[in-house]
Amino acid sequence: MTRRERYEAHQRRRSLVIATISTVTVVAAIYFLVPLAPGWSKVQQSFFNGETLVKTFPKLLEAFRINVMIFLWSAPAIAVLGLLIALARDAKSPALFPLRIFGAAFTDIFRGVPVILTVYLIGFGIPGLGLPRPWNSPYIWGSLALILTYSAYVAEIFRSGIDSVHHSQRAAALSLGLSERQVMRDVVLPQAIRNVVPSQMNMLIALQKDVSLLSFIGPVEIFRQAGVFKSLLANFTPYVGAAIIFLIVTIPATRYADHLMARQMRERR
Amino acid sequence: MSKTLTIAASTVLFLSTAAYAQDQCAAGKTLTDGKFTIATGNPAYYPWVLDDAPESGEGFEAAVAYAVAEEMGFAADDVVWVRSSFDEAIQPGAKEFDVNMQQYSITPERDQVIDFSTPYYTAPMAVLVSPNSTETAPTLEALKGLQWGAVGSTTAVPKLASIIQPDSDPLLYGDNADVNAAMSANQIDAALFDLPTALFLSAVMIEGSKVIGQFPADENDNPDHFGMLMEEGNPLKACVDEALAALMANGKLADIEAKWLQDTTGVPLIK
Repeated sequence: MTRRERYEAHQRRRSLVIATISTVTVVAAIYFLVPLAPGWSKVQQSFFNGETLVKTFPKLLEAFRINVMIFLWSAPAIAVLGLLIALARDAKSPALFPLRIFGAAFTDIFRGVPVILTVYLIGFGIPGLGLPRPWNSPYIWGSLALILTYSAYVAEIFRSGIDSVHHSQRAAALSLGLSERQVMRDVVLPQAIRNVVPSQMNMLIALQKDVSLLSFIGPVEIFRQAGVFKSLLANFTPYVGAAIIFLIVTIPATRYADHLMARQMRERR
Repeated sequence: MSKTLTIAASTVLFLSTAAYAQDQCAAGKTLTDGKFTIATGNPAYYPWVLDDAPESGEGFEAAVAYAVAEEMGFAADDVVWVRSSFDEAIQPGAKEFDVNMQQYSITPERDQVIDFSTPYYTAPMAVLVSPNSTETAPTLEALKGLQWGAVGSTTAVPKLASIIQPDSDPLLYGDNADVNAAMSANQIDAALFDLPTALFLSAVMIEGSKVIGQFPADENDNPDHFGMLMEEGNPLKACVDEALAALMANGKLADIEAKWLQDTTGVPLIK
């Protein structure tokens, strides 16, 4: 071991020790100081009630299956529609100008309107027109509301990905004799999509949480189930239980997105 | 001259109300001294509160509130109305109201966290059906096959599960208005409400809908007793209970009920 290596190892050990001490101090301070607050026992009773958690957790887990279901059929639809909207906004031919206007209007509207309003409008509004069952199901129209909203965001991310591919690549591909369509499909999109995978992962995580907004129009997914328990038991612990279930899913997903992002940064360097 | 008279009169009035409130049970136990703060829903629904204006004293709960306040020694002017959600009512910590009145059903679980007054009304549960399902027979057998809806925060949810046990999972909503919307969109056939609310919704809100039956209040194991909600351990509870007992004894509570809640005997019992 060289002298420099020894020095670096020492520095690493030292920062590890400092980090450990500071973390333990902060955690201990929270652990011992928060319960000293005068209202702590009531807050604990209302939000962190072990008995209530155990009693409601299995039902919450069961309700979470509805979230997963809605998520699983919405996500692919969002990816496809988002990409189509991005392509529409990127259309170069003058004849396709209406398509560009449509793409721009779509993203403006669905990014600008709160998701919950879209869910209400589409989830109650369209079935209200008199569709027969099962075509008026809140699952179908609620999912559509999510798909439209998220497609608008996802389209913008795809568009930034498309823009991130340098113009010279298009020019080079065109000069090789590829058609506009081939350039987009074989040269631009493969790079564009790869560039935006980490950002799209974040959209997936956000979607996974926003699925709960469908509870407003009827489906008894985890958030509504927790709300039912909250009302019956007059206790907020079921919400904490729901949060735990969400975290079990989102923390690994977030870590994975971070990992992808870091890898991409390394590759670009 | 008249001015002096008014001042004198109001002084006398002020002194007398002050003295009046002083030796009452509630003195010093309310949020603001000399005021009785009552919370209701936002919005508050008919027939519990008329036109979302509890200050008018019109509507069953508004009328009961003023009667209780009077019984406890508060003038009508001393009643202060605030709005609250259920979540605010059950959150830990100080409350912004003395009592909260919005058709809260008394349940043993809730009673562990908050205090309830003695019941001021006992509501039977009733079945409201959509315009397409008005021919449904009022039997449990026929009700099982419907697509059900309910407000997720009410005791209708466990009752649906325990009494009706529908074939398909019920859809649950945030408030009455959303249940209306779902029924208008034909997403649900039937919804479970307390009887006065169901009658109001069918008469005013959802054209063509019908209340086809009620569950006898004494038959189910846990009838819906409505109580005023208070912070756990609120010393005011004794005074409110005392006032309600007095109103029950002198028949005033029954009069208010007869005035604001329509006769419900016309709705058939569900077998």
